[in-house]
Amino acid sequence: MARPELPRIVNERNGGRETIVQTRPLLQAESLGKSFGPVAVLADISLTLAAGEVHAVIGENGAGKSTLMKLFSGHEQPSAGRMLLDGKAVHFATPNDAERHGIALIHQEQLLAAQLTVAENIFLGRELRRGPLLDRARMRRIATERLAELNCHVDPDATVSDLRLADRQMVQIARALLVQRRVVIFDEPTAVLTPVEVATLFAVIARLKAAGTGILYISHRLGEVKAVADRVTVLRDSRLVTSTEAASLTQLDMARLMVGRDMSALFPPKPPAPDGAPLLSVQHASVPGSVTEASFSLRRGEILGFAGLIGAGRTELFEGLLGLRPARVAAMQLDGHPQRFHGVHDATNAGVAYLTEDRKSKGLLLGQPLAPNLTLMALWRFCRGPFIDRGREEAALDRAIVEFDVRVPNRGMLAGQLSGGNQQKLLLAKIMTVEPRILIIDEPTRGIDIGTKGQIYRFITALAAAGLGCVVVSSEMQELIGLCHRILVMRAGRIVAELRGEDMTENEIVIHATGAAGAPERAEETAA
Amino acid sequence: MSGAARGTPRTRWHALPLPDLPTLAPALALVLLMAVGAAVNPRFLGMDNLLNMVTRSSFISVIGIGATFVIAAGGLDLSVGSMAAFIGGVMILLMNALAGPDFGWGAPSALLAGCGAALLTGVLCGAANGLIVTLGRIEAFIVTLGTMGIFRALITYLAEGGSINVGNVGVTDLLRPVYFGTLLGVPVPVVVFLLVGAASWVVLNRTPFGRHVVAIGANEDVARYSGIGLTRVRTITYVIQGLCVGIATILYVPRLSSATPSTGLLWELQAITAVVIGGTPMRGGTGRVWGTIVGSIILVVIGNIMILSDLVSEYLLGAVQGAIIIIAMLVQRSLARRS
Repeated sequence: MARPELPRIVNERNGGRETIVQTRPLLQAESLGKSFGPVAVLADISLTLAAGEVHAVIGENGAGKSTLMKLFSGHEQPSAGRMLLDGKAVHFATPNDAERHGIALIHQEQLLAAQLTVAENIFLGRELRRGPLLDRARMRRIATERLAELNCHVDPDATVSDLRLADRQMVQIARALLVQRRVVIFDEPTAVLTPVEVATLFAVIARLKAAGTGILYISHRLGEVKAVADRVTVLRDSRLVTSTEAASLTQLDMARLMVGRDMSALFPPKPPAPDGAPLLSVQHASVPGSVTEASFSLRRGEILGFAGLIGAGRTELFEGLLGLRPARVAAMQLDGHPQRFHGVHDATNAGVAYLTEDRKSKGLLLGQPLAPNLTLMALWRFCRGPFIDRGREEAALDRAIVEFDVRVPNRGMLAGQLSGGNQQKLLLAKIMTVEPRILIIDEPTRGIDIGTKGQIYRFITALAAAGLGCVVVSSEMQELIGLCHRILVMRAGRIVAELRGEDMTENEIVIHATGAAGAPERAEETAA
Repeated sequence: MSGAARGTPRTRWHALPLPDLPTLAPALALVLLMAVGAAVNPRFLGMDNLLNMVTRSSFISVIGIGATFVIAAGGLDLSVGSMAAFIGGVMILLMNALAGPDFGWGAPSALLAGCGAALLTGVLCGAANGLIVTLGRIEAFIVTLGTMGIFRALITYLAEGGSINVGNVGVTDLLRPVYFGTLLGVPVPVVVFLLVGAASWVVLNRTPFGRHVVAIGANEDVARYSGIGLTRVRTITYVIQGLCVGIATILYVPRLSSATPSTGLLWELQAITAVVIGGTPMRGGTGRVWGTIVGSIILVVIGNIMILSDLVSEYLLGAVQGAIIIIAMLVQRSLARRS
């Protein structure tokens, strides 16, 4: 498992005794705390980021990682404790304050102006001028250069909304690194990146380190943390569990510290691979611009994985089959009967449910309470006569909370106030209200913590054991290998390989997904 | 979060939350205005004046209720004022023709036919707006700005620039009670808008259709990925709007017994203002039917205070209403930020 060589500048061997050369603290937190009313979301956090150090902050969802980063970047203000920059106490009233001190946060959610071009986004708020006019040529040139350093070769005049998620992430990184920074905070930077792009990102991080920049790195992917971090700070339940040398922790240690208990096997045993007539069979499905002539079949009780790089056409294939985007499908049979869907409604009626990869903007109504979210797809099941029966809705929410272990501090809360993992469980519960025969889950565990991942894997396995046909689309190869009976690999809109049994390895997947003869250097995946 | 209670025992009263700030705000504003009115003129709180004000708010209430559906679904209808004038013209022309010598219908059947035509015309106008917005994929603002001009031109054309009057004495006599009559002491228009309000509240808050309206307004993509028929639901909100304009027109025609090119002028401003005052956000995702009714009463109360007080010229009424919608927007935003 090769990974990019990172220059070591923190530790230097000195007569057999390891001394830390650069102990100069750049950014420090002293007993930082943050409360919203009586609720403490962060308590008593003390940590030190040295210049030229990569300091990973890990923890389950809701542990307080993002809040801590918001304090460092001026998006929120601490309610206790203080922050020091170069040993001097600092207070950031706004994100601009923090930026002026050289601290940049690269957000987990992509904060770009979707209608503007790549170059316009990179220079937004710091446009270059020539006299009173914009110096567009120079901005385009610099944008191209900066993106090239990130191995991202998009047209600087392309509109951001037309870019792939991974390219948007690179644009966001280029924007943050446009000016010299003292501290760069990466919040889940690799969630939408492929292994190759992750390697590029790590090379960029290595360059920043060498220039003496302090880096705070938040991630769920412990393999990456292990590969890139010098120090690791673990948060659990709003508190700091430990802050120590990365070298002294294994991935398993990290997982254990995050969850606070021993990790049992993340993946439940696979139910026996089913045989029998296909439940769903698709021939020659094409989505203009995304998918070419995809054919596959799915059996009852089978978990079928779809692997591939982002942009390989996996999501587009299933959105096309459901009628969510224009598609040409030569033939599709459900239980042997020809079927054609013109929207989610048709699919639902036929017993096919699709769980979107984008739960925040396509899955849940974040501003609405939990029950209306849960029942939205199948309201007729919760009606008495023509009217919605609130009692039935509440009872359904009770069942969903128990069945899918949704952690709900307060029943009156809005869906957007749940943590990512609990949102995903609520979304799964919502999809299951239509009682599907086929469940298509796109990125089942994106941006959620390990504990919840394990739960979701158990749900999927149990549903398959109960006879559902399950399709799992995922960018996490470990997930597909641990979960699926069979994996189809897509590349550039085509299904290029089918892997079973012993052939289901990360190496095989990468070979087919990238079209390379050998696997390129890539980061390790999530710990199992 | 891991220590959080799960499977909390069900608290049924939780399903009926206490009125929140956006719900209370319009009611508080109304109470405040009543106090101002009483201070300005002791006659303000007289039963006659109060009933009169509520009666006069009925057109805007009913139209505003329709607008609540459209806006809750994330749409907008600017054509309601012109539509009301056009429907009024169609209704009166039809009644005149049917009660006239060519057909010789009795006044009651002519009146019923006129009311039916008003409702039907409203539904058709609304359907036209809705279908152009949904099937044509054009901004609601542009579509209804266009139909606003079209409906206004149609009434001007029908009236040949003048006015269309109810020409039959029998019909006029039958029409009068629709606006001026009372039912158990309650003015008929008030009875109508209470019924429309109650029915609309139930539809918006207790039926799958209403839930779908709100879902579309809250997030169109989530609605689409949840299998909600966007075209159907959106179009129906405009049809409901048209139907409400038809009902409002039936209430309005007896008041002046005529329709002119200036009938219903600025009603779109008043209806949308009533919706915003009532706490329905313009971006959609929430609809507050009772808030809209309170909002339209507030508009009438402010006009009434202006007339009774002589503080501001009543010719500036439109300016005051324009200012109110802007202020209401600011208040709504600051309330939303706090909660």
